[in-house]
Amino acid sequence: MQAIIVLFGVTLVVFLLFQFVPNGPVGLARTDLGSRATPFQIHNFIVANGLNLPWYAQYWHLLDGYLHLNFGYSYHRNQTVRALIFEYLPRSLILLSMSTVLALVVAIPLGIFQTVRRNKPSDYVLSSLAFIFYAMPSFVLGNLLILYLAVDHQIFAPAVPQSEGLVQMLTDFHDMTLPVVTLAAITVAAFSRYMRSSMMDAFAQDFVRTARAKGAGRARVLFRHALRNALIPIITLLGLSLPTMVGGAVITETVFNFPGMGLLTTQAALNYDVYVVIGTTIVATVATVAGSLLADILYAVADPRIRYAR
Amino acid sequence: MRGEEQRIEEQRLMERELVEAGDDRGDLQADAVVEAGGGLLQPRLPSGDGTGSPLFPGGEAPATHGPEGGEATSAGGIGTLMLRVFLENKLAVLGVALVVTMLLFCFVGPFLYHTNQITINLNLITQAPSSAHPLGTDPNGFDVLGRLMYAGQTSLEVGLAAAMMATMLGVFWGAIAGFFGGVADAVMMRFVDVMLSIPALFLLIVLAVLFHPNKISLMFIIAALAWLTPARLVRGETLTLRTREYVQAVRVMGGKSRRMVARHIIPNAIGTIVVNATFQVADAILFLAALGYLGVGIQYPQADWGSMLSDGSNYVDAGYWWLIIPAGLCIVIVVVAFNFIGDALRDSLEVRLQQR
Repeated sequence: MQAIIVLFGVTLVVFLLFQFVPNGPVGLARTDLGSRATPFQIHNFIVANGLNLPWYAQYWHLLDGYLHLNFGYSYHRNQTVRALIFEYLPRSLILLSMSTVLALVVAIPLGIFQTVRRNKPSDYVLSSLAFIFYAMPSFVLGNLLILYLAVDHQIFAPAVPQSEGLVQMLTDFHDMTLPVVTLAAITVAAFSRYMRSSMMDAFAQDFVRTARAKGAGRARVLFRHALRNALIPIITLLGLSLPTMVGGAVITETVFNFPGMGLLTTQAALNYDVYVVIGTTIVATVATVAGSLLADILYAVADPRIRYAR
Repeated sequence: MRGEEQRIEEQRLMERELVEAGDDRGDLQADAVVEAGGGLLQPRLPSGDGTGSPLFPGGEAPATHGPEGGEATSAGGIGTLMLRVFLENKLAVLGVALVVTMLLFCFVGPFLYHTNQITINLNLITQAPSSAHPLGTDPNGFDVLGRLMYAGQTSLEVGLAAAMMATMLGVFWGAIAGFFGGVADAVMMRFVDVMLSIPALFLLIVLAVLFHPNKISLMFIIAALAWLTPARLVRGETLTLRTREYVQAVRVMGGKSRRMVARHIIPNAIGTIVVNATFQVADAILFLAALGYLGVGIQYPQADWGSMLSDGSNYVDAGYWWLIIPAGLCIVIVVVAFNFIGDALRDSLEVRLQQR
């Protein structure tokens, strides 16, 4: 229910944004068609996008379009926005899922390690590293990685494979490494800190004491009892960090020239291709909301203590 | 001991005939005076070191400080204590030192280190660091060290201004939603939920495309997204604060809603607000840098650290590290510094929770 309200609200926000464009419909047309558009072209643009209708009809036009996955037309690429999104979205999803998996694979052991060695030098070193990575935007990290690993030492490629096919892209680990690592690194910092505190909380619980009292070994207490419970909040964190990840993906894609939604959005923004930018924003929002919803559901599945009121 | 403290407190209040922000009874007195005196506002007493009163007007601050708080018998004492906790935190001092250094570097630096940031010099493009140009030159022949100062002014100005605007809007939005509750709360907070669920960077790009970016418009654009977090936080605080006795007492005495929000609820939530504002500065600088990097932020000939990095990344294949590392380092330093300060402020504002 919440998700539906949010999605409805997003369309309203987008609609309001359109209303505030400087110079109204003509301004929007000029933004999209360029400053040398003829009055005839501008008139066509306004009629085609329903900008001459009264506001309620305009909003209906917008809603109706989005429900039919009709996000408008890109005058710069001479393609519908829908076709563009279908082309670019899968690649972004691959980048996002690969780096999320990598982030979890690195962050969870790191968090466990820090809990076991808490308040020892290695914990402090890892915590300060997390602080620095947390503050390092992906465009800084990405460029540093390119500078040292791609240009100075030529271990990895500075850009991702530009092939059309997804399979080729997936199998080319050599070239995909840097973007995936960059995107993962910004979340590893947050994940490992969260994992650390989550493990600490789990260790303070009664059932861990009970397990110890029963004579369970260190490893058994750690992995069977503490870890299983500490992992549950990570699901929520995954849902919560989705907007950050999606935003990070935009920048990472630009850094490595990765032909995904982020690069599509940035290039459209630089070309003032308004309908593409708004179309990708809507899709990214829907994906984020869906992800958060999924995280909520998984949370209830993983933890039987959680029950959502009917 | 507690009674003794309370008595001292009362005596001090009477002697000064001024109202301490840190005492609920004091606030009530102030209201009584104000209602009687036809809206004449009592000046808030600035405490000893200037940090006490504005930062810690919590209703339970001095009077109910508890037995272990013998050292803090007045708001000034609390302020000193807070300052001490803050200064004991080495990272916080480091953070303040870094921020001050960066401010001096960006705003005083250009007076000491004169560079040409106006005319393009094609004889000087992308030169490696040398004695004449300690950090080399960029693709337009500008000195990179001087450019860092110039760009840093933009980054810091936009960061600070956007954080300030975002905090103010967020505080009022959150306080009003939390205070009035009901339908107003539901509508206002649903709006915040909606805005928060749109990935911020996408919305920033949309805004930056629709409203052509410059220094001033970027301040507003970044603030227009950043106010959501403080709004949520302040609403949460308000929900607990509005049920406190001193707020109810104002209502009983016929105080107006505006007064309850502006003079009692917001000042009591100030700790949360200040801590969040510190993080907001870091976030705003990051957002500006991200927009600059994507090319939809500050436009040439103006510059910020993000757009410098963006220019530099065109030459990354040539290995021109001086176009990338200095600007990247500046961003990371400032953001880490503000994060340190925010963490330390959070610790020192929760001074009464500490075992001291």
